[in-house]
Amino acid sequence: MIDFIASMQKVLLEHQLITAFAVVGAIVWLSYQISDRLTAGRVHGSAIAILLGLALAYLGGLITDGKKGLADLPLLAGIGLLGGAMLRDFAIISTAFGINVNEIRRAGMSGAYSLLLGIFISFFVGAAVAFSFGYRDAVSMTTIGGGAATYIVGPVTGAAIGASSEVITLSIAAGLVKAILVMVATPWIASWIGLNNPRTAMIFGGLMGTTSGVAGGLAATDPALVPYGAMTATFYTGLGCLLGPSVVFIVIRFLIG
Amino acid sequence: MVIYGVGLLAFCMLCGLICGRALGWLIGVDANVGGVGISMLLLIASCEFLRHKGRLLVASQQGIVFWSSIYIPIVVAMAATSDVRSAITGGPLAILAGVLATVLCAAMVPVMDRMFRKGQSQDDGGLAKGHGDD
Repeated sequence: MIDFIASMQKVLLEHQLITAFAVVGAIVWLSYQISDRLTAGRVHGSAIAILLGLALAYLGGLITDGKKGLADLPLLAGIGLLGGAMLRDFAIISTAFGINVNEIRRAGMSGAYSLLLGIFISFFVGAAVAFSFGYRDAVSMTTIGGGAATYIVGPVTGAAIGASSEVITLSIAAGLVKAILVMVATPWIASWIGLNNPRTAMIFGGLMGTTSGVAGGLAATDPALVPYGAMTATFYTGLGCLLGPSVVFIVIRFLIG
Repeated sequence: MVIYGVGLLAFCMLCGLICGRALGWLIGVDANVGGVGISMLLLIASCEFLRHKGRLLVASQQGIVFWSSIYIPIVVAMAATSDVRSAITGGPLAILAGVLATVLCAAMVPVMDRMFRKGQSQDDGGLAKGHGDD
């Protein structure tokens, strides 16, 4: 019997990506059932699916002690490929098909300003929180500020200006909190902040910047907005890595004397 | 053929990522600056071009549309592989920094929207005139 189970497992292990399609298909199906039957369609199925995905990722982390959520379970490693940056970006780019070029042209400038504003707000909010928790040197404050931008900007900035590994870990955690919060909260706050047209989607992408958060949050709000938000968000991390160790670091060092 | 659409999508992505990487190299950061955004613009431009020439067949479009319709499952897979445990165990500092940055930036969305909508009404007039001259 054990032999039998082992050989069945082998099928799944050898076809990781196919297993991932099946598992994700089941998660999405279940989520749409919950959306229809328990919330009468009020909560979007994709919002529930993302929440469910995050909950499973937490479980995966608890079970394996790893950093890749469900994908750390050998049987479900294919989910890591399916949800990895390569296929995610491929799918994001494909959503540009059928985008309205005039909307981009019209909202382009507001998107660019949102990027800069979003980066600076995140850095300074993160730095202020770090300060209030007793991290009062410019290097730690800038690094944690970078984490409040995205979980990539934080460690890149920290490495560039020589932050301690403890601070870098904190900055990654701050970035993860932001990415997850944006994924979960966007559908709930969308109507408050007027997130219902391409132009505010571009502004939103620029202000938030976390590609995974924006990609998930907008998908759960209105998939038609995804390409507009993603368009600006993809510039954020690169710009953050540029501005963090340079302009922001100098300003923070100047401010705390 | 469907593969033409998928191939075009792949080609746009690779070109865009190379441009993004080059942009990063130019400004001196080891990161991709807007590669995905550039890829999207390339895809839009090449589809427009092919449509004008009447070469964008329905089958080729399906190769692109498939990927955009599989987008949500991919995002679910992304959520299922994120490091939720580290985010939660990061402690109050990490949580507060992440939450405050998100809340403040979200609050700026309507502000930015209003600011640029004001400037827009004048721009629109100019644009409309420009198009008339074309």
